Amino acid sequence: MPPLRRRDLLAGTALVLLEAGVARGDILQGELPWEPAPEHPSYPPTTGGWRFFTAPQAAMVEAIAERLIPPDPATPGGGEAGCAVYIDRQLAGPYGSNTGLYDRPPFVKGTPSQGEQSAITPAQLYRAGLAALASWCQQQRGHAWVQLSAAQQDEVLRGLEAGQIQLQGVNGETLFQAVLKDVKEGFFADPIYGGNRDMCAWKMIGFPGARYNYRDWVGRHNQRYPYPPVSIAGSPDWSGAA
Amino acid sequence: MARTLPARDVVIVGLGWTGSILANELTDAGLSVTAIERGPWRDAPTEFPPNAAQDELRYRIRHELFLQPAQTTFTFRNKMSQTALPIRTWGAFMPPNGVGGGGVHWNAETWRFLPSDFVLRTHLTQRYGARFLPPDMTIQDWGVSYEELEPYYDRFEYLCGTSGTAGNLRGQIQPGGNPFEGPRSRPYPTPAQEQPFSHTLFGEAARNLGYKPFPQPSGNLSQAYTNPLGVRMGPCTYCGFCEWFGCANYSKASPQTTILPVLVRKANFSARDQCEVTRINTDASGQRATGVSFVDSSGAEWEQPAQLVILAAYTIFNVQLLMLSGIGRRYDPVSNSGVIGRNFTHQTISDVLSFFDPAKFIFNPFIASGAIGMCIDEFNGDNFDHGPYGFVGGGYMGQVQTNGRPIETTPVPPGTPSWGAQWKQAVRENYLSALQPGTGVHGSMYSYRDVYLDLDPTYKDRFGRPLVRITMDFHDNEIKQNHFLTDKFAEIFVAMGARQVEKQYRKAPYSITDYQTTHLCGGAIMGTDPHTSALNRYLQSWDVPNLFVMGASAFPQNAGYNPTGTLAALAYWSADAIRNRYLKNPGPLVHV
Repeated sequence: MPPLRRRDLLAGTALVLLEAGVARGDILQGELPWEPAPEHPSYPPTTGGWRFFTAPQAAMVEAIAERLIPPDPATPGGGEAGCAVYIDRQLAGPYGSNTGLYDRPPFVKGTPSQGEQSAITPAQLYRAGLAALASWCQQQRGHAWVQLSAAQQDEVLRGLEAGQIQLQGVNGETLFQAVLKDVKEGFFADPIYGGNRDMCAWKMIGFPGARYNYRDWVGRHNQRYPYPPVSIAGSPDWSGAA
Repeated sequence: MARTLPARDVVIVGLGWTGSILANELTDAGLSVTAIERGPWRDAPTEFPPNAAQDELRYRIRHELFLQPAQTTFTFRNKMSQTALPIRTWGAFMPPNGVGGGGVHWNAETWRFLPSDFVLRTHLTQRYGARFLPPDMTIQDWGVSYEELEPYYDRFEYLCGTSGTAGNLRGQIQPGGNPFEGPRSRPYPTPAQEQPFSHTLFGEAARNLGYKPFPQPSGNLSQAYTNPLGVRMGPCTYCGFCEWFGCANYSKASPQTTILPVLVRKANFSARDQCEVTRINTDASGQRATGVSFVDSSGAEWEQPAQLVILAAYTIFNVQLLMLSGIGRRYDPVSNSGVIGRNFTHQTISDVLSFFDPAKFIFNPFIASGAIGMCIDEFNGDNFDHGPYGFVGGGYMGQVQTNGRPIETTPVPPGTPSWGAQWKQAVRENYLSALQPGTGVHGSMYSYRDVYLDLDPTYKDRFGRPLVRITMDFHDNEIKQNHFLTDKFAEIFVAMGARQVEKQYRKAPYSITDYQTTHLCGGAIMGTDPHTSALNRYLQSWDVPNLFVMGASAFPQNAGYNPTGTLAALAYWSADAIRNRYLKNPGPLVHV
């Protein structure tokens, strides 16, 4: 192989400027890239109407969330906390359509250790699953979901969880696990996403949220942290609304 | 048709930790260097500003800082007899993406490997006899010793400002540090981080049981620090959003907070982001790299000629580029020949959940840093006599809990329903008084003949290139190791006063869905014999001497520690060899 000489190597540097702006992609040179308005996260608006659910579907998901995380005197249930709003925005966004995931065929059923291999997106699962559950309720219980008693709803949820209820065209257990995961995420995620209304879930457990600096508290062992939670969007105290 | 850019002295593939280190060293040597990075530019003010960084859903659950599987992924199977299927969403590990690489979203646990780890086969064979090792275990010596690497570990720790307590200063065992570590030439640059309640309590219980606990070496700094390049960092605020997140506070060591502010201002350095290298080009002889081909963000193809090619991507992508470029002979597990794809490993992690009386214990789990924790090293590497136990390897263990983020960290006692009033009440009662260390048992994974990387016959990436196929399963040795370590770990939580402890042993088969760590290792390993290693002891390709391959892909097997300290030390070691030996006389640095 030809020897690499220091002189040849240095000669290369004179050509640096010639390439600027040729290939696409940012060229980082001279200083750290910085913009006055950094890339804003695209948090979905939580106000306004439903983005994904129909009104009856939304009512159904709110009712389910209210059973998965029931209300108690201190803390609202999952429905009141906004978990259905959270799920609605998520399904209308990238999560609902599996954006960014590997979706090339063939889709082949594998072993559990190989992970999910379904081509069905979360949006498709909810759309088909809620419809199938609604008709199952009408056929088997003679009522819409929201007309069932809490005890009846719990019984159906337990049946889905155990894989004992067969829905038309949808795996009931898969639907149940997806809804349970999403309801819990909505309950505990920052309220900017639509759930955890008024930071109710964080207040319930004592999580201070996006407070960021605990230097004064590291060494205060076995003492309850006294301050209320703060969201990425701030705190009601800040606007005098609390 | 690819267009050709003006030649550079050096092209670096990937601008994470090792790419940044090599770029800084080689520009200091006067070379013109360009780095090509697949992902975007990332820095605190533009990508994870302090007013938006603490977002568990966005970063932890939706994986915002990571490579997207739609860009490229891998296929996976446990056994050679199975059909591999694609990883459609990340699970067992999280491939990084963007400037800074894994250095952006790591926890900054900054360990050194044990001296015996570098001569593993020799050491274990001498102590226990060759027959003590499983016949299909393919562990090897590294070809470099701890003593040789020590100055380079030191350089990386002083670059990062690592906070810790020395356990062995030039052979003298120090109180409060890890007595099992190799000798270090000087103390850590900054003192250990102050420890929150649960971590302190673990340390006390471990000490009472006769162990020698010590604070985990941390790249989340205990105090302000100015590194040798003049870059300044601030003290960690224990925000509890570290691993999976970027540090908005300039407190976590990363290329952005230690090297890039200096590197980017050098006239002989440039980098391109959002450009993916698709091939290392070689001349007709196949023994000299001529540069790389890459695809820019508009899909156009380019060639970047260079005299020296540094491969500095994530483990599997290094291996993939070698395979797709036809460099080195691909490993064949059947004939046990070839080197590219050989000795692929991960880690053997497990956890113990513990539940304490809420009336007596308030842990405030949200007060934490990424590399916080008290650890013990009695059961790592060969720090204990394995003779009675019938396995080799081990790991550190510790209360290393990094967060109380509630989507991930709301543990409930075993037997609690997964929803409903009882679940809600259990979450409320236990949040402040339960412990979930995460990677509490950080075990080694040794290499085996049937655990390897090759190219998948079916699935392709967005450029139509074959995905890398992972064939990996746990072997009995690692399962035994994990059982032994997890039991020892759980005893410490009982001694801390837990009223209920749940051991979560690591079980076979290896699952691609359960997050362990992102510590994939091997596939392009270093060594002393070109028949069993892809690289010589300086990380130089045996086949193409003007190609050097950085990263944990060079590890012949994985030790019971986080890999970043070691892969960064190897990068400095390799850069030193390039600067002081290769440039004076380009060609193979080792002759066999």
